[in-house]
Amino acid sequence: MTKKIEAIFREEKLHMVKEALYGIGIIGMNVIEVRGHGRQGGVELAGRTGTYRVDFLPRVQLNIILSDHNVEKTIETIQQAAQTGNIGDGLIFVYPVEEVIRIRTSEHGHDALTYEGDIDTREEVRLQAAD
Amino acid sequence: MNEINTGDTAWILIATALVMMMTPALAFFYGGMVRKKNLLSTINLSFITVGLISLQWVLIGYTLAFGKSQGGLIGGLDFLGLSNVGAEPNADSAPTIPHLAFSAYQMMFAIITPALISGAFVERVRFKTFLIFTVLWATFVYDPVAHWVWGVGGVLRGLGALDFAGGTVVHITAGFSALAFAMVLGKRKWFGQAPMEPSNIPLTVLGAGLLWMGWFGFNGGSALAANGLAVNAVVTTNTAAAAAAVAWMFLSWRDKKPSVLGIVTGAVVGLVAITPAAGFVTPLAAIVIGGLAAPISYYAIQLRQKWGLDESLDVWACHGMGGTWGALATGLFATKLVNPAGADGLFYGNPGQFVIQTLTVVIVIAFAFGVTYVLAKLLNRWIGLRVTENEEEVGLDISEHGERAYA
Repeated sequence: MTKKIEAIFREEKLHMVKEALYGIGIIGMNVIEVRGHGRQGGVELAGRTGTYRVDFLPRVQLNIILSDHNVEKTIETIQQAAQTGNIGDGLIFVYPVEEVIRIRTSEHGHDALTYEGDIDTREEVRLQAAD
Repeated sequence: MNEINTGDTAWILIATALVMMMTPALAFFYGGMVRKKNLLSTINLSFITVGLISLQWVLIGYTLAFGKSQGGLIGGLDFLGLSNVGAEPNADSAPTIPHLAFSAYQMMFAIITPALISGAFVERVRFKTFLIFTVLWATFVYDPVAHWVWGVGGVLRGLGALDFAGGTVVHITAGFSALAFAMVLGKRKWFGQAPMEPSNIPLTVLGAGLLWMGWFGFNGGSALAANGLAVNAVVTTNTAAAAAAVAWMFLSWRDKKPSVLGIVTGAVVGLVAITPAAGFVTPLAAIVIGGLAAPISYYAIQLRQKWGLDESLDVWACHGMGGTWGALATGLFATKLVNPAGADGLFYGNPGQFVIQTLTVVIVIAFAFGVTYVLAKLLNRWIGLRVTENEEEVGLDISEHGERAYA
């Protein structure tokens, strides 16, 4: 099974999250700049005089497509790297992915996601070795 | 026949270029404070004013402001189309530079003043209406007031009013006209409900920096000679801007954090306040004038917000109130030790000057506010002041100009 992880967190944490993911072998990812808020609402910024309220705050949305057995570890890694403990740290969503097609090679499904040295192949090698 | 002084002429030509630069600088100053979808539109309101009023000034503006006085109220048509304005000096205006240099220098003041008002129009004004308003306003508000205060035989000049570089003529007229126009124009859609964030504060900082530099020409050039008085004006100008920027920083710090938008606004307010006084007061007085201009405009902005009035970029609070304070402060701090051709103020034993300044301020506020209010009402009935709601939501860059600031 293939899953999509969609993590929305503070933009200043992007570098640390990326480095942590590289550390566990997650190489492929993409990022969208988003603006939004959860239950806490917006923030006050300094204006010409006094303050004004901004409702939509800048966050990044990180998208990763990966195999089922890597989901848990990846979520943990993102959570550790993106956490400040303050309100507004963000959310992580996990979705099932129906199909993946690599445009260059026409590979489908799991084959389209794996390549030499990435987390999926490494994990498979480790699991095979354990068998 | 007066002798042309080459040093004076060189300085006035440079000062003319410096003041010309202030209007595109104002375009950046204002542009950075609006939303992205109105950035080009806002910049253009200032920029096109350079074109419009340059023509108006050559054709009719200069002669209305500086032609032979008709009862102290308006200039005659002696200089229509700049006829009789040439390389020879005019003893009445500036005896050591070509008359044409004086008229070109004054042109740049006539340009920036209506551009200042555009801060009240942003994000909703119909461009066509803006063009017509700007030409009418220059003709029926700026030119007469310039004549009253600066023209030989002008009524307020006759009264003894001091306005070194345009605190009254430029900033009070612009500020109170902005207030009147905003009252007729009405609020932007969602004003007070949705945040209207400045889209590019660095542009505003760039604009403020260039305004500060250009103001050396604005105030220093108003000595109309390359002399000690010009130097005094440049030093008081810089000092007042510095004092107001620092004062504003502390005010915004007390409310939240030292806002950069606030600091540069403070600098501009200090420049406004020192404008009428620059050639009449000492550098120490400039610290007081700039330092007090900041809280006056700061709390005027908050008052305007409390009124729920969408005078969008606070032309009234910054220029109207800053200019009023500067004009009154000139009546307090002016001293003949700085400028023997000026007068002493209240603090130098002449309370009469303060009375004259107050009277001048009241007359000019009433005139600028009243005429602008009527002009805005007439234009509103005739062609409408605003774009449609849909055009406003899309933004004026696309709906009025068919362009966008960024691809």
